Amino acid sequence: MREAPPESGRNHDALEAALVKMIVCMKQVPMVSELPWDRKTGLLKREAAEGMMNPACKSALEAALRIKEGHGGHITAITMGPPMAAEILHEALSMGADRCLLVSDPRMAGADTMATSAVLARAIETFCSDFDLVLCGCHTSDSETAQVGPQMGEELGISSIASVDDLKLTGRRLRVERVSDHFLETLEMDLPGLVTVTTAHYTPRYIPMAGLQDAFREPSILTAGAHDLGMDEAELGLEGSPTRILEVFSSTAGKQNVVLAGTPRKIVEELFERFDDAIGSVIRKDLKAVK
Amino acid sequence: MGEGKRSIWVFGDYRNYFQNRVTLQLISRASDLAKAIDATVCVTVFGHGVDEWVWEYTCHGARKIYVCDHEKLKFYSNDIYLHLMEKLVREHRPEILLVGATAFGREFAPRLAKRLKTGLTADCIGLDIGEDGLLVQTAPAFGGNMLTKIVTPVKRPQMATVRPGTFQEIPHDNDAVAEIVRVPLPDDLPEDRVTLVSSVRQPERVQKLEDAAVVVCGGRGMGSRKKFRNLYELARILGGEVGATRPVVYSKWADEEALVGQADKHISPRVLISFGISGAIQHTAGIRDAGFIIAVNKNPHATMMKMADVAIVADANQVCTALIKELRKRIRS
Ligand SMILES: Cc1cc2nc3c(=O)[nH]c(=O)nc-3n(C[C@H](O)[C@H](O)[C@H](O)COP(=O)(O)OP(=O)(O)OC[C@H]3O[C@@H](n4cnc5c(N)ncnc54)[C@H](O)[C@@H]3O)c2cc1C
Repeated sequence: MREAPPESGRNHDALEAALVKMIVCMKQVPMVSELPWDRKTGLLKREAAEGMMNPACKSALEAALRIKEGHGGHITAITMGPPMAAEILHEALSMGADRCLLVSDPRMAGADTMATSAVLARAIETFCSDFDLVLCGCHTSDSETAQVGPQMGEELGISSIASVDDLKLTGRRLRVERVSDHFLETLEMDLPGLVTVTTAHYTPRYIPMAGLQDAFREPSILTAGAHDLGMDEAELGLEGSPTRILEVFSSTAGKQNVVLAGTPRKIVEELFERFDDAIGSVIRKDLKAVK
Repeated sequence: MGEGKRSIWVFGDYRNYFQNRVTLQLISRASDLAKAIDATVCVTVFGHGVDEWVWEYTCHGARKIYVCDHEKLKFYSNDIYLHLMEKLVREHRPEILLVGATAFGREFAPRLAKRLKTGLTADCIGLDIGEDGLLVQTAPAFGGNMLTKIVTPVKRPQMATVRPGTFQEIPHDNDAVAEIVRVPLPDDLPEDRVTLVSSVRQPERVQKLEDAAVVVCGGRGMGSRKKFRNLYELARILGGEVGATRPVVYSKWADEEALVGQADKHISPRVLISFGISGAIQHTAGIRDAGFIIAVNKNPHATMMKMADVAIVADANQVCTALIKELRKRIRS
């Protein structure tokens, strides 16, 4: 997969080759708590929500920026999403990413983690095949599956370590720390590799508003669709996803949702009259009023 | 479908056994599912000197156990275990494969699904067999405000991860028997690309808030640090713990330790009383396993109120005070 540097401009390329070429995969997630769903398809109507960069992805970018500051490096931020997801790429630029790629195609909508990881891996192979390190957020706030990162590692055929709190690069050897099932683990692997990063140690740097505005003026975002990645329908979106959503329903269905109002004293009395068992059985006390 | 009878597989995850009984819980659920589709419950055990676990899984309901016992398998390793598991699954073609959502399982399962090119549903809270014989996987979506039912119609095995504590294990039965299949170490075992430099057992973290049966949770609507202190008295009387939202922790009304939410603590009390909390997704992601929920808020339309069994429209602090008073009266009697 590694390409030899081209003959021309040797000095420049030698310098480039010493840089750590990093890719940070990020996702835009909704900021609001109540999101409209399409009841028919069971999919999120993402276009209706205001978005932000997923917190763990931001930590992954912060980790990459620190490697860049320490070793010299080049960072490409990649996201797959609707055109609006370009917002987080602008934010990534203002934080210090060097280049951005938006992978966007209406046919990619409805992708599960299998299809998403396939698309992202293909984007990396197509646009930055000479990467050293891929960093992803360990999970997203809107779906929490934590699957895309490890699956991308498989797709790219490189070694990977999930949920790392801390990373340190020495030459081409990466040492990471993580807490895994009550064990504090120190692990090492050679580059190229992939890690997913937690929010534990990498608090993202603050970007002043002006920096963000500048980033929006820069036209340095590449866009690619399925065609550019040489992918066909069968690998994309719903088609490429082995899972199917049968139904989406509110998790509060089944809640009694009894509304009590009035003076606090009256409310509390009524609460105990009606629900003394629900509370009393848990605290193992009889809460019946003495008459 | 391979040789004869169908099978449901559970990945035997025994690390940290005393905290982590998720494998036993999955064997139990798999046994229920197996009745519905007439299948055998199988468990895989990889490691070195693992007879103890083979015995344990037998007593808890496994009917067939694939054991690969070798020095090279001493440490949990994704590269090595994935290779072994992929081989076994391709050979025996189970219908369903369940993995505990431990830190290891959450990395192992998606990678395995990718290699097998099948679907995987994370963190299921329900597993059932549908009318068409498919595994219906119920999982939280969007931080837990919604639930989805998911199936994998074509690809096999149908894979799911499940968090510890979701299902009840079958009681230990000393007379249980299982067929034990000894699997030799494959010749083509790959090099582990990841080196384990050190692994240190963490001191047992006290998980008071996570394990509490009753949690009293307060938000910005409590009004002030002084009023917030009232919640500690209520929690004391109820024998519970105090949780808080982020603004509360930022204002130093409560310690960082009390923060409940997506990235921090997930709590699962049987009774949760929530005071002056709006119900932002980052907070509710941490309380999706709560049982009976009482919410107090001035605003009847707050999201938190919609999630509650009992929604009390009133001033948070006044209700807290009234509760303390009433409980003292009732408990003394
Ligand atoms: C990346 C990220 C991560 C986050 N992580 C977390 C997290 O882990 N945990 C967390 O909690 N938050 C988290 N947040 C913050 C979260 O979005 C909300 O801002 C927070 O949960 C709101 O806390 P609250 O409900 O106490 O305050 P508010 O949203 O301000 O709600 C106060 C509520 O109190 C009610 N109220 C006001 N006065 C009274 C009164 N006198 N009596 C009764 N009710 C009253 C109001 O009607 C309102 O509903 C995160 C945010 C981001 C962006």
